[in-house]
Amino acid sequence: MHPQASVSMALAGSGGAGVMTAGNMLLEAAAQAGYYGLMTRTSGPQIRGGEAAAMLRVSTFAGDGQDDAFHVLAAIDWQNVQRFAAELPLAPHSLLVGDPAQGEPPEAFTRSGARYAPVALKKLAGEVAGGWPNMVALGLLAALLGLPGAALEAAVRKSMKKGLEAGLAAARLGRAQAAGLPQFPLAAPPTKAPRWLVTGNEAAGYGALRGGVRFVAAYPITPATELLEWLAPALAGVGGTLVQAEDELASINMALGASYGGVPALTATSGPGLSLMVESLGLGVAAEIPVVVVDVMRTGPSTGIATKSEQADLGTALYGLHGDAPHVVVAPNSVADCLAATEWAVGLAESLQVPAIVLSDQYFGQARAVVDAPPAANGTSARLRAQGAEGYQRYAVTESGVSPMAIPGAPGLTYTADGLEHDERGTPSSQARDHLAQMDKRARKLACLDPGAAWASVEGAGDTALVTFGSCTGPAREALARIGGGIRLVSLRLLAPAQPARLAQALEGVKRVLVLEQNHSGQFLRYLRAEYELPGEVRSLRRPGPLPFRPDEIRDALAQWSAA
Amino acid sequence: MNAPAAATLCAPKDFKSDTKPVWCPGCGDYSVLSAITKALAALELRPENVAVVSGIGCSSRIPAYTACYGFHGVHGRALPVATGLKVARPDLTVLVASGDGDGYSIGGNHFLHACRRNVDLTYIVMDNHVYGMTKGQPSPTTEPGWSSKLAPGGTGLREFHPLVIALASGANFIARAYSGDPNGCAALIAEAVRHPGFSFVEVLSPCVTFRPEQREWKTRAHPAAVEPTDDPGRAARRLMTDDGFNIGVLYKGARPPYGAARAPAQSLEELAWPFRL
Repeated sequence: MHPQASVSMALAGSGGAGVMTAGNMLLEAAAQAGYYGLMTRTSGPQIRGGEAAAMLRVSTFAGDGQDDAFHVLAAIDWQNVQRFAAELPLAPHSLLVGDPAQGEPPEAFTRSGARYAPVALKKLAGEVAGGWPNMVALGLLAALLGLPGAALEAAVRKSMKKGLEAGLAAARLGRAQAAGLPQFPLAAPPTKAPRWLVTGNEAAGYGALRGGVRFVAAYPITPATELLEWLAPALAGVGGTLVQAEDELASINMALGASYGGVPALTATSGPGLSLMVESLGLGVAAEIPVVVVDVMRTGPSTGIATKSEQADLGTALYGLHGDAPHVVVAPNSVADCLAATEWAVGLAESLQVPAIVLSDQYFGQARAVVDAPPAANGTSARLRAQGAEGYQRYAVTESGVSPMAIPGAPGLTYTADGLEHDERGTPSSQARDHLAQMDKRARKLACLDPGAAWASVEGAGDTALVTFGSCTGPAREALARIGGGIRLVSLRLLAPAQPARLAQALEGVKRVLVLEQNHSGQFLRYLRAEYELPGEVRSLRRPGPLPFRPDEIRDALAQWSAA
Repeated sequence: MNAPAAATLCAPKDFKSDTKPVWCPGCGDYSVLSAITKALAALELRPENVAVVSGIGCSSRIPAYTACYGFHGVHGRALPVATGLKVARPDLTVLVASGDGDGYSIGGNHFLHACRRNVDLTYIVMDNHVYGMTKGQPSPTTEPGWSSKLAPGGTGLREFHPLVIALASGANFIARAYSGDPNGCAALIAEAVRHPGFSFVEVLSPCVTFRPEQREWKTRAHPAAVEPTDDPGRAARRLMTDDGFNIGVLYKGARPPYGAARAPAQSLEELAWPFRL
């Protein structure tokens, strides 16, 4: 094959085979060699063991989406890997690599027309004392990509603490097996700029700290747990605290308590936890206490598929709170943006004194990606604090809706934060005029928000527009690049408060709007129809998780529409 | 609210706000409010350095009736709010006010974990064996035979035993108080605030509207004829076998409270080093 701008490889096997370890080292090696890359993962429901696959894409350009097909699928063994066949699409030009001692590749893969190359991974590993088949596979895949041996060795040295020499020897043996097999070389790497290797969950955690969060309370839940596990030592390092709560009802209320005390606070969860938190998010709205919830979405409803991605918590995030409860919903649209969007959400929550929900998802959260090093923080948006004053009114009706907030410890400013409707002073009130005045004030905070260019990623020109959000953005962007122009992309980052004037401007002159989302019922489409005027003809391209959209299917949907 | 000048000591009245309570005449909670303000004055605290956190119910109205910083949250979640506040702001004195419905029913799980976590909080539960705000339904501490519209003929369920649960869950200080003796109640609350870790004060606070027979509690409450013990075994026997009207400190443990945050040792830049290629 000619050198490619992007090559995709998957490594599968049963639990304990080390496919994630090898996948991470391959990504690290590609990064060391100067490439961009992405690794997503799929696994069965088993706590330990069970089949798993590391899905890598290495490229000369930054991107977050997986490609339409994998160039190589290598398996340490084939035990039940066919369960993931839908997530591991192959093409006739693809290569299947498997250990003949583990049987033939399943028909679910061979029917693609992919060529099969048997490589005795286990036997080769046995030639090295302490060698493992995953390291042999790693060496082989790195060679098929044309990665320099030095980059691979650097990656292995960085990752392996025990058995390093055996690991290097096994990888070298694997490298030697590439001779005679079809190669999938990458084009020359781009100019080397400062880059990070980070997961979406880590990026969100780091963004939270950059935004000023110093208190986190949370309950473990897949796929948000890694965010919390990254934050626990990081928070301690910067003088903050993480409390493991007894449930999500507790975690959101602990966060509200800390924030009431003046310390910016956050919790992270997934759909089931978000549902438990919505009552108290309403408290944050009514009592005007800043708080951030990162929802790393997984398939629902109920427990759903806990380990796999879907964009189906949108409705709950936007409309799940009881009463009229204006709040902020932000959606990162790349792995790197998990950092910026979370940092932004903290700033919005603090400056507007409202709860903010960050809608990440399993795809971003657990994807590890090579990204351009993020620009330096642009300063945190501080909370408007009350200064000593006679007759302090915590909920004073102001032009912007934002009222100065007293922090416990400040003399002369004591008040009671209340979920009961209240007057300007905070005294509970059941009077119509107080309810209206406070509702107007809380709504005004969001109506007055000027998000600037951050409200969406708007790219391209043409009379057809693709409107999407979150993890659909990467494949959408790539589909439009393949078409080569004539289509606009609008990826919304600020979902609430809605920005109808901005979207109308972004869609000016558009005759066709394709709405792209990863859920069954078209929650995003219904949200757009409710909050915005969409010009021209509107169509929906959607399906539930866990299968991510591939660039070609988006391209084809647009092409068919143009042809019609 | 105008606090007195910093140099002077505060009197109980300095801890009272000018908001008029919604409680019924004769409600035990008036006396608990009075006891709290007396305890805070006796502890020589200042209103701005005290936070009173509550959930929902008659007793949970207390924060706004004090001149302290208050937090009146959602039903059952006062303990988590207080936990977050105290962990983030260890310099504050944090009191948590609750009732038998808010604290033992909807908030029951938080009670267990607050006891085990042992954050330095004082948890004051005004127990009147009934839901008052929703007008007379049985709570976890209601007697099985008490008849009401929602449970005609009674619930038939045995009562929840908050003190035993607190002990088994790891509370560091357990006392029972009676609202009919505001000075005694104030002394117990002050001792609970002074004791490190999670301090639990169950206050028998009659509901004269829905449980008028509780007026008789004044003849039943009596000082505990025992010294506080630090032996959980002795305390368990004592709590399991007493008549429910034993007033005083019944258990005092020595578990160290939940740790506070440490000083920053790393910069944000340093935290990003592992991400760099």
